[in-house]
Amino acid sequence: MPGTNKVKQIGGRLLQALPTVFGILVVCFLLTRALPGDPAAYFAGLMADAESIEAVRATLGLNKPLPAQFVDYITDLLHGDLGTAVSTGQPVVTELATRLPASLELTLSALLLSFAIAVPLGVLAATRPNSWVDHLCRFVVTAGVSLPTFFTGLALMYVFYYLLGWAPAPLGRIDILYLPPQHITGFFVVDALLAGDLDTARAALAQLMLPMITLALFTLAPIARMTRAAMIQVLDGDFVRTARAAGLTSRKVLFSYALRNALLPVITTLGMVFSFVLGANVLVEKVFAWPGIGSFAVEALIVSDYAAVQGFVLCMALLFVGLNLLIDIIYTLIDPRMRDEG
Amino acid sequence: MNRRDFLKGTTALTVGASLLPFLKSLPAEAAAPSDSLVVVMGGTINSLDIHRSGTNRSSYQVAINCYDRLVTFGTKQNPDGSLSYDYNNLQPELAQSWEVSEDGLKLVFTLRDDATFWDGKPVTAHDVKWSFDRAVSLGGFPTVQMKAGLLEKPEQFRALDDKTFEIILPRPSKLSLPDLATPIPIIINSEVAKAHATETDPWATEYLHHTPAGSGAFKVERWDAGQQLVYTRNDDWKSGPLPGYSRIIVREVPSQSTRRALIERGNAGVSLDIPPKDAKELDSMEAVSVAGAPIDNCIYSLCTNLDFEPFKDKRVRQAIAWALPYQQMFDQAAYGMGIPMWGGGSEVTSIAWPQPSPYADNIEKAKALLAQTPYKDGFEVPISFDLSQADWAEPAALLIQQGLSRIGIKATIDKVPGANWRTLALVEKKLPLHLENFGGWLNTPDYYFYWAYIKGNLFNSYNYDNAEMTALVGSTLDMPMDEAAYPGNIKRMIELAFDDIPRIPLWQPTLNVALNPQVDGYEFWFHRQVDVRSLKPRNV
Repeated sequence: MPGTNKVKQIGGRLLQALPTVFGILVVCFLLTRALPGDPAAYFAGLMADAESIEAVRATLGLNKPLPAQFVDYITDLLHGDLGTAVSTGQPVVTELATRLPASLELTLSALLLSFAIAVPLGVLAATRPNSWVDHLCRFVVTAGVSLPTFFTGLALMYVFYYLLGWAPAPLGRIDILYLPPQHITGFFVVDALLAGDLDTARAALAQLMLPMITLALFTLAPIARMTRAAMIQVLDGDFVRTARAAGLTSRKVLFSYALRNALLPVITTLGMVFSFVLGANVLVEKVFAWPGIGSFAVEALIVSDYAAVQGFVLCMALLFVGLNLLIDIIYTLIDPRMRDEG
Repeated sequence: MNRRDFLKGTTALTVGASLLPFLKSLPAEAAAPSDSLVVVMGGTINSLDIHRSGTNRSSYQVAINCYDRLVTFGTKQNPDGSLSYDYNNLQPELAQSWEVSEDGLKLVFTLRDDATFWDGKPVTAHDVKWSFDRAVSLGGFPTVQMKAGLLEKPEQFRALDDKTFEIILPRPSKLSLPDLATPIPIIINSEVAKAHATETDPWATEYLHHTPAGSGAFKVERWDAGQQLVYTRNDDWKSGPLPGYSRIIVREVPSQSTRRALIERGNAGVSLDIPPKDAKELDSMEAVSVAGAPIDNCIYSLCTNLDFEPFKDKRVRQAIAWALPYQQMFDQAAYGMGIPMWGGGSEVTSIAWPQPSPYADNIEKAKALLAQTPYKDGFEVPISFDLSQADWAEPAALLIQQGLSRIGIKATIDKVPGANWRTLALVEKKLPLHLENFGGWLNTPDYYFYWAYIKGNLFNSYNYDNAEMTALVGSTLDMPMDEAAYPGNIKRMIELAFDDIPRIPLWQPTLNVALNPQVDGYEFWFHRQVDVRSLKPRNV
């Protein structure tokens, strides 16, 4: 039965991931402790005396030996308690629950946009090497990679908000006049649409526009590049020549045979870009006051907020495990040969 | 009314639903109605309770705007027309009057009759007692700040009746009353708080962390941590003039470039704490006005650690003070925003503080002094600064590096991340040469010297220890300013500080705030946070 087989496979993969996640937890725990700086002294406040610093240390549980701290951490974790992020004053779980959707909304929409542009661009460039499309592709790729995101972000903001006034004020996820929609998925645009509130959906989308384009420009490059390279390689393949010789239409050859095979490396790249961008879009988040997970993690790291950093790393680790699994499943859908392999 | 209108109605509570259709048709630039105000800031608010451990500086504004204190400072107009708090003019807030006993040991406050908390309960002396007990019992910053005014133990506070509150001091001090006007001694609705206190949390820190319970001019309508804080006016506020805005939205915008675009485009009414470079540029624009008030009792300084062998020699410290390119630093690091603190006379003639030191850029004097010491061939020293202060400290450090190279001292730049700074510089006190920005909340010179020139105290990050200075500060700290010995003592402290020069004054910084010309009534406060109560639309 292929159905139960698949479930078994997924279960097996998840089990395999457990040691990895545990390893990440240990390493992350040790690394945060190895950071220079004393969180107790920092959070006790500027004027605090030695006594109150010790009191804060005790509250944070940092006066215990390391192994005891680790046991505490794991015990809390098993109860679903990630601790409190002292730097923001909120439980880490709450922070992740509000900030992860914000980051995901931004990252996913940006990837969707860049996928929609990059794949056709890559395909066109591959089928017409050295034509103007190919040059355009090369230009976009080079520009996208070489422009830092904060620069693209500021430049877009300068033109579309400051000069033209088309974009709304870059004040985060939603304009001041609107309330965030009721929490369903955590994606404001989707939630507002689900609630049937077109006005709010439009406002949320407007806020999303510039950061999304900024990030899309950045992620465009690897995807377009990979599509082009994979397509060129596949188009040189024997099976394409055979298909052409058999008299199939070029459309059929291109989309059914070539593209389908070329998509595998593109999907891999997409997965890598996604995981990279989710953590790395800090600069975009900062520029557009986007309350995402990247800026949260960086702020926490700067002030040695252990619980927050550990929560972030755990969250990212789980996300990667899930993402890798998802990509493998997509593989099996695209490439029949993968289905039989473990 | 459909859901959308309902939602917006709740957002714009005080705007009134009738205004909404009109608002919807306005372009983005004019989205905020005239009686609400958007404030943008780079920091983040991490608690609504100033007494909680871990509460950061940006969060102090909640204590200022949502709670009342017994007393507050009056307002004075600066020569340039801007407004500033007046340290020498104590005004009633929740207390309508107070009396100080003959011996200065007993302060008796009479509370206003009409003041109520947001839930309608009258403010009583028992609330004051509970709140003060809380501040001195929780430890950390609130307790330290209370101690500065000799408010140390719950036994010192007594509610004589519902409206009369008494403080007993261990000895008379000029700092006690002003200390009551700092953001710390807020009056909390003790009944609400006690209802949410638990065995392990007797002071309701978890509840008040999210839910303020005060009597102040503004209530917190919503707090989206990491994003925004929305204040709505408490229309029943009796402890001062009713604020000019009914709704104030404080948005957290981390990027300074974005904040600048927002204020220039008019989407934000106020942008807090802008760096000197932007202040200078924005000030020349029509669409923005900049309020830059010198920060009282604060000096950006270069500190020489006496634990570092060469700096044990006073002549080496003086040589460094003579070898700094002060004017260049002031131009390139402060963009001319501030008050120069060098090039004063060789004699101390006034007791004003801060005042310029006698040092200036004089390479001959520096070389001559260094030549008398065993270090005439120079030495190597790292110069450290706090990365969160990089906007002024980095250019200043580079110029200091250049300046010192002229007398053979080879300085390397050492950038310290914010979290480590406190531990390395202030607690362990082991940075040989570093830039420091201490400013005292209470505006008297002896208070500054107490924190920065007494061995072991936090802002003496350079291990300065001088018996005469310690004795002087000890005897002056509580002394009233009109006592005969006071000016002489202060003068001697300043002389010692300049002669021993462990802390080389560079300039007195300004606190720069960018304002939309429509916004009036901005007032500078020593706590450097925005007091939104005094803001009002212009011409209304």
